[in-house]
Amino acid sequence: MNKSKFSLTKFIYTFIIIFLIWYAFTTSLQPAEIITGIIISLLVAYITVINFDCCDPILITPSHIIYFIKYFFVFLGALVKANFDVARRVINPNLPINPGIVSFETQLNNDFAKMVLANSITLTPGTLTVDVVDNKFYIHWIDVTTENPEDVYKEIAEPFEKVLLKIYG
Amino acid sequence: MDTLNNILTYVGLGFVLLGSIFLFLGALGIYRMPDLYNRLQAGTKASTLGAMSVVLGVGLMQPDWLIKLLVIIIFIGVSNPLSSHALARASYRSGIFPFFKKKIDAYEAEVEKEKMSAETHDPASKCGNK
Repeated sequence: MNKSKFSLTKFIYTFIIIFLIWYAFTTSLQPAEIITGIIISLLVAYITVINFDCCDPILITPSHIIYFIKYFFVFLGALVKANFDVARRVINPNLPINPGIVSFETQLNNDFAKMVLANSITLTPGTLTVDVVDNKFYIHWIDVTTENPEDVYKEIAEPFEKVLLKIYG
Repeated sequence: MDTLNNILTYVGLGFVLLGSIFLFLGALGIYRMPDLYNRLQAGTKASTLGAMSVVLGVGLMQPDWLIKLLVIIIFIGVSNPLSSHALARASYRSGIFPFFKKKIDAYEAEVEKEKMSAETHDPASKCGNK
């Protein structure tokens, strides 16, 4: 990994996220807990921030929050559908699978957005992200219906990417 | 207040039951699927929703823990697909190819290309970032 330089913005972002996680776990307002949390968060943020090469902080606006919520529901629907899809294939005695590895190109440029897209693809019906090389996604697909990259893109990535492009585009 | 707690307990039990069913189906999928990649497919999806559902069910039964459990749910949702992606990528690169009814393999060319240009042996070039 190539280490990026220490930057104060990243440090503050990391500190805030770590402290929020600490607070969610302790859920108490006692000063001793809060002070311990702040000290530990500062330490952890200081040690780990040079390794974070992704996730450039973006300015969050209200419309982003709406799209985040929309993304969450798109994602949740896909996850539930994926589970019924797995159940259907597993229970069927003939095991109806037709696997292969396909690829498509994404328009996203932000590393964090690409990670979110890759994770979402893994959790949607019948697809598993094997690798991401620059802008190319390699997807293991349990039921290959098309090999043309554009059709693959339409089938697998479009509903997620439409929302992600609104946030990071 | 009591009735609300009762309702929450039953809803929570429903979530735990649903999660267990999904986890069982995932295990069955790992048993029945023919090769590693298909097993990962079944395992990842079922265990993610199954574990989330069980944890959420426990959270509804014990509302005091709900916030902590929500953090755990987010953590499961982020880390599960990541680890399965890491497993799939590492096993492909160490020579475990999908063997069952192989129809198309777009990844093979990419791995070959990288092997050709791996003379420099720069591990950063494989990570896909810069």
